[in-house]
Amino acid sequence: MSNVLIVGELKNGELKKISKEITSAGRKIADALGGKVTALLIGSGVEKFAGDLGAVGADSVVTVNAGDFNAETWANLVAGVIKDKNPSVVLLPHTSQGKDYSPRVAVKAGAGIIADVVGLSVDGGKVVAKKPIYSGKAYGNFKVTSPVAIFTVRPNSQEVVQKAGAGAVEAASPAAGDAKVKIVSSDLSGGNKVQLAEASIIVSGGRGIKGPENWPVLQALADILGAALGASRAAVDAGWIPHSHQVGQTGKTVSPNCYIACGISGAIQHLAGMGSSKYIVAINKDGDAPIFKVATYGVVGDLFEVVPALTDEFKKVLG
Amino acid sequence: MKIIVLVKQVPDTETNIKVGDKSINEAGIKWIISPYDEFAIEEGLRLREKNGGEVIAVSLGPDRVQESLRQAYAMGADRAVQIKVDNYVPFDTTLTSELIANFAKSENADVIIGGRQSIDSDSSQVVVQVAEALGIAHIAFAVSLEISGTAVKSTKEVEGGTQVVETSLPVAITAQKGLNEPRYPNLKGLMAAKKKPIETKTPADLGNPTSKIEVVGLEPPPPRIPGRKLEAADAKGFAEQLVKALREEAKVI
Ligand SMILES: Cc1cc2nc3c(=O)[nH]c(=O)nc-3n(C[C@H](O)[C@H](O)[C@H](O)COP(=O)(O)OP(=O)(O)OC[C@H]3O[C@@H](n4cnc5c(N)ncnc54)[C@H](O)[C@@H]3O)c2cc1C
Repeated sequence: MSNVLIVGELKNGELKKISKEITSAGRKIADALGGKVTALLIGSGVEKFAGDLGAVGADSVVTVNAGDFNAETWANLVAGVIKDKNPSVVLLPHTSQGKDYSPRVAVKAGAGIIADVVGLSVDGGKVVAKKPIYSGKAYGNFKVTSPVAIFTVRPNSQEVVQKAGAGAVEAASPAAGDAKVKIVSSDLSGGNKVQLAEASIIVSGGRGIKGPENWPVLQALADILGAALGASRAAVDAGWIPHSHQVGQTGKTVSPNCYIACGISGAIQHLAGMGSSKYIVAINKDGDAPIFKVATYGVVGDLFEVVPALTDEFKKVLG
Repeated sequence: MKIIVLVKQVPDTETNIKVGDKSINEAGIKWIISPYDEFAIEEGLRLREKNGGEVIAVSLGPDRVQESLRQAYAMGADRAVQIKVDNYVPFDTTLTSELIANFAKSENADVIIGGRQSIDSDSSQVVVQVAEALGIAHIAFAVSLEISGTAVKSTKEVEGGTQVVETSLPVAITAQKGLNEPRYPNLKGLMAAKKKPIETKTPADLGNPTSKIEVVGLEPPPPRIPGRKLEAADAKGFAEQLVKALREEAKVI
C-alpha cells in the first residue's frame, strides 16, 4: 500500500492555498498508486479546515494542536505522524516555513527528499518529481529510492481539483520535544500583504520606476488585482524597497500565473526568479529589452502612462 | 571557535546550460561559488576575526571544486577541505549533508554556515539537514548574527517579516542576502592561495553513506507560451488590449 501524507500550512489562522494544492496533488498520486491521502494540519482550531481538505481529496485529516511555528518542534510533530501513519510519499510546502523544517523531517524519517518540485507523476510504482534546475535553464526528473519519499512542492505549481475524500478527522498528539532555538520577538509588519512567493499575480517594478515615490503607481494596480508587489535587484539596491520584495537569483523564486514586469530589463538573474511564471506581461520603453524574449504580452511604452491606464481599465471590468 | 563554511561550486548564472542525459554537459562551463555561500564565507571570517579560532572551507565534488576552495583561501579561510565525490549529483541533498555532518562531527565544529540555497538546485536543504544529523540548533535565513561566548543571537527572515531568535553553540546557519557584504579576494591573497594545501576526504573516510535518490533524466525547460508585442495608438489602447488578453485569452485575471 502506498499512502500519501500531505502537511498543510496556515497563515494568520487561515488555510493557505498551497495546502489544497498539495492535497490535490497527493490525491492524484494516491489514485495512481492505490493508496489513501492523509492531510496533517498543525495549529490551534485547525479541525475547522478538515472539510476544505476533504473536498479536494483528503481521505482523512489528522490534527495536532500546537502554538506558533517553530521549525524544530514542527519537524518532531511531522516525523511523529510519519512514524505513526507510515506513508510512502510525503508532500510538504516549499514555503519559507517548509524550507525551515522539511530538512529535519527528511533526516528524522531517514528519507530521501527532492525540494522545490513543480511536477509530480507516477512511473513503475514510484513518484517522479520534476523540478527546475540551474535557474530554470533546465528541468530535472528524480525518484526517491528510500521507503519514505519526501517532496517539497512549489506554491502555484499544482492545480486544485475538487474531488471528494471522506475527510474524517482524527486528533493526534505526537511529542513536540524541546526547541533549542527560542523566538524572542517577531516583526511581521509586512504580514498582511499578499505573499510574494505564493502570489498568483505579481506586479513588479525595476529601475524604470525612477524612485521610491512611484511605488503607488504599481501598488494601485496590485491592489485592484489582489497582487503582490515585486521588485528587481536594481530597485532594491537603490534602497527604494526592502529586499524581501526582490525577485530573482538573490531574491525570491516566484511562479505566479501572471507576472507584470514594469520598467524591468529582464537580466538573467531576474529571469532566474520569475522565468517559470505562466504568463508574463512586460511594460518597457525599450523594445529591445531582454524581458520581451520571455514576455507573453509585450507593451513597448512608458510605464507611467501604461500602468495607470491599465489600473483604470481593470477598475472598469473588476469593479 | 571552529567554523565550517560550506562552499558549493555551481555554473555561473550567465553560462549556457546544455542538458545531457543525466547531467549537464560541462564543456565550456564557467564555475563560481554559489552566491549565497559567499555570504557564508564572509560571515565565517567575521566570526573568526571577532572570536578567534579557525575557518574551514568545505566543498563537495570533483577536483574542479579546488578552484572554489582556493578562492575561499584567498578571502581568508584557514583550511580547505575537498570531499572528493567524482560523480557528484548536485540535487542529492541527503547524501551531501550526511558527508558534511560526518566531517563536521570529526572536527567538533562550533558553527556551520552555508547559503540559504544553492543556485543550481534551489533546495534549501543541506545546512538544516546537517544540523538535524548532528542534533544541533539551526537558524535559517539569517540576516544578522551575533555570537558571544556560547550565546547566539540572530535576526532571521520569515514570511511577512523578521524574527529575533536566540540559541547557544553549536549552531548551523543559512545565510540570507543582507547578512553582510562579501569581501573580494585580493591579488596577494590569490597568489598565496595557490600554494596552500587542500585536504581531501573520500566518502569512505566519512561513513560511506548511500544515495536515496535516482536521477531519471534532465530535459530542457518546457517551451514558453509564444509571446507577442501588442500594437496600440496610446496607453489606453494598450490597456484595453492587455485586459482583454489576460481575461479572455490567458484567463488569469
Ligand atoms: C550575483 C548577482 C545576483 C543578482 N541577483 C539579482 C536578483 O535576484 N534579481 C534581480 O532583479 N537582479 C539581480 N541581479 C542584477 C541584474 O543583473 C540586473 O542588474 C537587474 O535585474 C536590473 O534591474 P532592472 O531591470 O530593474 O534595471 P535596468 O537593467 O536598469 O532596467 C531598467 C529598465 O527599465 C526600462 N525603463 C526605464 N524607464 C521606463 C519607463 N518610464 N517606462 C517603462 N520602462 C522604463 C528601461 O528600458 C530598462 O529596460 C544580480 C546580479 C548579480 C551579479
